[in-house]
Amino acid sequence: MEKTLPKIEIIEKYCKGCHICVEFCPKDCLEMKGFYASVKNLEACIKCMQCELRCPDFAIKVITE
Amino acid sequence: MAFDYDKWIRPGKLPHIWCPGCGHGIVMKGLIRAMETLKLEKNDTAIVSGIGCASRLPGYIDCCTLHTAHGRAAAFATGVKMAKPEMNVILVGGDGDGTAIGGNHFIHACRRNIDMTYIIMNNYIYGMTGGQFSPCTPTGHKASTTPYGNPDPGFDIAKLAIGAGATFVARGTAFHANQIDKLIVEAIQHKGFSVVEILDDCPTTYGRRNKYKSVIEMMNRLKEVAVPVKAAEKMTAEQLQGKVLTGVLYKEENKPEYTSEYAKVIERASAAK
Ligand SMILES: Cc1ncc(C[n+]2csc(CCOP(=O)(O)OP(=O)(O)O)c2C)c(N)n1
Ligand code: SF4
Ligand code: SF4
Ligand code: SF4
Ligand SMILES: [Mg+2]
Repeated sequence: MEKTLPKIEIIEKYCKGCHICVEFCPKDCLEMKGFYASVKNLEACIKCMQCELRCPDFAIKVITE
Repeated sequence: MAFDYDKWIRPGKLPHIWCPGCGHGIVMKGLIRAMETLKLEKNDTAIVSGIGCASRLPGYIDCCTLHTAHGRAAAFATGVKMAKPEMNVILVGGDGDGTAIGGNHFIHACRRNIDMTYIIMNNYIYGMTGGQFSPCTPTGHKASTTPYGNPDPGFDIAKLAIGAGATFVARGTAFHANQIDKLIVEAIQHKGFSVVEILDDCPTTYGRRNKYKSVIEMMNRLKEVAVPVKAAEKMTAEQLQGKVLTGVLYKEENKPEYTSEYAKVIERASAAK
């Protein structure tokens, strides 16, 4: 079965640039781009949802099927 | 699937006021997931707070909410619960609000074992007012009012709650986000006074003064000190040095609950007329 990738949405209006999602992603999928978090490597995402769970600011959504 | 928090957030209220990396937002999300898991009705659920950064939480949530005076969440919440015992009453606040000015209300709510849930966000400091030490600031740590190190020993909130008579006591951390909602679900389901302490971070007024270089360092500390109660059973006293137990720490199901006891008083008084 082919791996389906999630859609990761970062709401810049809410992101406060705290780095939490970036630092604690187990697969290093995210990075800081300027002030905001941004997706670096979507292919590596294992949909563990840790970034969405830990973001204090409701700013990152991992949308899966 | 991404979790739909919007359903529980008052329209137009985000972004919230908390600083970058402040764990209060992580706790609020955990509470929202717990309310959703339990399918709580907005009209049957009241969230009550005192004053402080943590106490700003009810302002964001779309259900019955009450933002009261500093330290008085338990007093107001008790009023709500006595008037409407069928309501789910949830108290939220900080370590300062709950253990300093509100310490008395806190212990008496525990003693009465009134069926409410208290989520206390312990960031070891008065965040809102600029980082004065709280009764939870650890010995030796710095606050704006203890620049040479705090001489006081800090409260262990969980032990305090157990000692005062709370019948469900749990502890989690802002780092272990996944566990927060599960602890809150269990606490709300428990009939009696339940306390959930969440070890939290205040990078702005506590982190900086205590030489944490970043929010990430503060989160890593929470990750390192937390030991689940089950895992702790297999550890030696030496291995547990400096660690903090997490999970459900105490549960007692046979102690009478206050609103039920009070209903009996009303019955007796009515019969005596
Ligand atoms: C009667 C009264 N005394 C003092 C204050 C000032 N005050 C506001 S918030 C606060 C402490 C809040 O600390 P905590 O509950 O730990 O919340 P945090 O800001 O750390 O989340 C104090 C002392 C007040 N608002 N009212
Ligand atoms: S879902 Fe997990 S693997 Fe994917 S970006 Fe988020 S933290 Fe990384
Ligand atoms: S955790 Fe949230 S607020 Fe922090 S950088 Fe990531 S998206 Fe932004
Ligand atoms: S001052 Fe501290 S507790 Fe208050 S919002 Fe900022 S980080 Fe959070
Ligand atoms: Mg505090």
